[in-house]
Amino acid sequence: MELSGGEILVQCLKEEGVEILFGYPGGAVLHIYDALYQQEDVKHVLVRHEQGAVHMADGYARATGRPGVVLVTSGPGATNAVTGIATAHMDSIPMVVFTGQVATHMIGNDAFQEVDNVGITRPCVKHNFLVKDVRDLAETIKKAFYIATSGRPGPVLVDIPKDVTDPKVKIPFEYPREVKMRSYNPTVKGHTGQVKKAVDMILGAKRPMIYSGGGVILGNASEQLVRFTRKLNYPITNTLMGLGAYPATDRQFVGMLGMHGTYEANMGMHHCDVLIAIGARFDDRVTGNLAKFCPTAKIVHVDIDPASISKNVVVDVPIVGDLGGVLEEMMRIMEHEGDKRDTDALDAWWAQIEQWRDMQCLKYQWSDEAIKPQYVVEKLWEITRGEAFVTSDVGQHQMWAAQYYKFDKPNRWINSGGLGTMGFGLPAALGVKAALPDEEVVCVTGEGSIQMCIQELSTALQYYLPIKVVSLNNRYLGMVRQWQEFFYQGRYAMSYMEALPDFVKLAEAYGHVGMRIEKPSDVEGALKEAFALKDRLVFMDFQTDPTENVYPMVPQGAGLNEMILV
Amino acid sequence: MRHIISILMENESGALSRVAGLFSARGYNIESLSVAPTNDETLSRLTLVTRGDDQIIEQIVKQLNKLVDVVKVQDMVEAPHIERELMLIKLQAVGPNRDEVYRLAEIFRGQIIDVNDTSYTIQVTGPGHKLDAFVEALGAIPVIEVVRSGALGISRGARGMSI
Repeated sequence: MELSGGEILVQCLKEEGVEILFGYPGGAVLHIYDALYQQEDVKHVLVRHEQGAVHMADGYARATGRPGVVLVTSGPGATNAVTGIATAHMDSIPMVVFTGQVATHMIGNDAFQEVDNVGITRPCVKHNFLVKDVRDLAETIKKAFYIATSGRPGPVLVDIPKDVTDPKVKIPFEYPREVKMRSYNPTVKGHTGQVKKAVDMILGAKRPMIYSGGGVILGNASEQLVRFTRKLNYPITNTLMGLGAYPATDRQFVGMLGMHGTYEANMGMHHCDVLIAIGARFDDRVTGNLAKFCPTAKIVHVDIDPASISKNVVVDVPIVGDLGGVLEEMMRIMEHEGDKRDTDALDAWWAQIEQWRDMQCLKYQWSDEAIKPQYVVEKLWEITRGEAFVTSDVGQHQMWAAQYYKFDKPNRWINSGGLGTMGFGLPAALGVKAALPDEEVVCVTGEGSIQMCIQELSTALQYYLPIKVVSLNNRYLGMVRQWQEFFYQGRYAMSYMEALPDFVKLAEAYGHVGMRIEKPSDVEGALKEAFALKDRLVFMDFQTDPTENVYPMVPQGAGLNEMILV
Repeated sequence: MRHIISILMENESGALSRVAGLFSARGYNIESLSVAPTNDETLSRLTLVTRGDDQIIEQIVKQLNKLVDVVKVQDMVEAPHIERELMLIKLQAVGPNRDEVYRLAEIFRGQIIDVNDTSYTIQVTGPGHKLDAFVEALGAIPVIEVVRSGALGISRGARGMSI
């Protein structure tokens, strides 16, 4: 089979099982678009801004576990995509991004729409390639998918100069069956001796705590984590990225930890004697002040990425490997060793945890006048029976969604945890809906974040992606306002939006349904009405209490045991 | 502590900037860096000198290993090794200084590789501190130009760093 570069790219996507591509055409990728146009297997979603394309592919990947795929043009097409790529990179999301580039003989000439894509994205991709010869294209694409999806996943960028996809240059095509790279061989199996050592430490614990993160979801190890945790009857906390890996409604779950984590999770972390970290990376929003972090704990850390181990916190038993496999092996060893747990100590520990839990740190003041944002999320959880795929933007609403929507299953909570990208929520939700059209998909957002990628409402109409938008509109950049209240004596520097669009009319202008909800008594009815409109995108503009803060809170520089409760 | 990190990496454009970018992005320092292809032309050997406590060096090695173009990383100071650097130094050499420069070059086993009426260019090799000592020993003799290669390292004994 003789194919051109453009046709080779499309054929490679088919070979990789790619169903859908998010992108935006332009000069440097016209040959590729022409090849796409002449086939029907790979669908294309035309976005309104390249950042939206990357977030959509990202949402698609987080919900399905399959790599998201993006196609954008050179120059501004690529630079617009950078925020999305960095977002995916920080959260280790498998993704392949194809960028157009000026023709090889023009590279370096400051040609029209030229930018050094490989250079500009180098710090925010897992790897990137510039393909200078069409004969290298298929193998490079094979490598890109392999790197993006193996080990610790991440975005891989393939930069393709226009002449490489020239329709007049046809070459024999064969997709490589497999790829071998001497310089890239991720460790998969945990070291047996280390696993054994870890099990001894875990079983010897008197005040254990399991702390699991996004790696469990990325590594598809939720099922093993649940069995492991139940078998031990140890308390478990999830990071923001790990929510849903362990059922939030289960008794052993003590909530999210970290800056806006629960009292019981953070106190449990602070006082535990053995910390079992699984697929988590000791992020600064999790640890608080490192000098005060887990002062009495021995730490076991399981992770696929050796560089994540002992990066911020030095651990006692490191294990590099695939989480599911390591957890299975740990359970096998436990089975073999018999029950060596100190059940008396464990009972006392649980009694202590229940006391912390009784503080009810997530209780909030009810109001008949102003809509409490927490209440909206609680009702959202009830009405969707906890089954929805929920994306969020970044800020207070993100924390409330994380705290009050109790995720019982993995892959359903989709947010930009690492980079904290406002504008992520709406396109990510559209990506999820494109992947899973039968699922309920909700974007919890705020009036600040939603305006950063609101143009994608137009994409939603074109491709019939009827998601629900729950906007917690408090007229403030709420998280900024909260920090200004706490740490800048209430000097609300530039965090108030005096002019806001009429979101109802805006939604209608984009061809959707808009709703404005102003009273607490209308919240439940409005949500029910919106979710009854199965085939429409509904934008719900909840006018929420502008003074509400996210509690509990570990202020910057404090230890996890030094929380502001209300 | 000072470490000499040796890296075998794919001899491809961009590989060097991945390494250099990693150091600047993560705030690690590079004291010197040198890179050239090896006897296997598909591989380059990069040697860099950096400083940091054990935890930082461990992170540097791990982060380098994570780069897709990097095939192998070795911290030379973990085992007996030889360090060499090459310096070319051009000195003003007139009057009595001409003899003095000549003598100093002999003492440091340097070679004079270029001469004219007013200057000498000397090649000196050795570990970095020896080159420093040579420059110091010059005292008031005016230095016109210094070029240093950055440190290279190789392990002692029969075993080598290969893939």
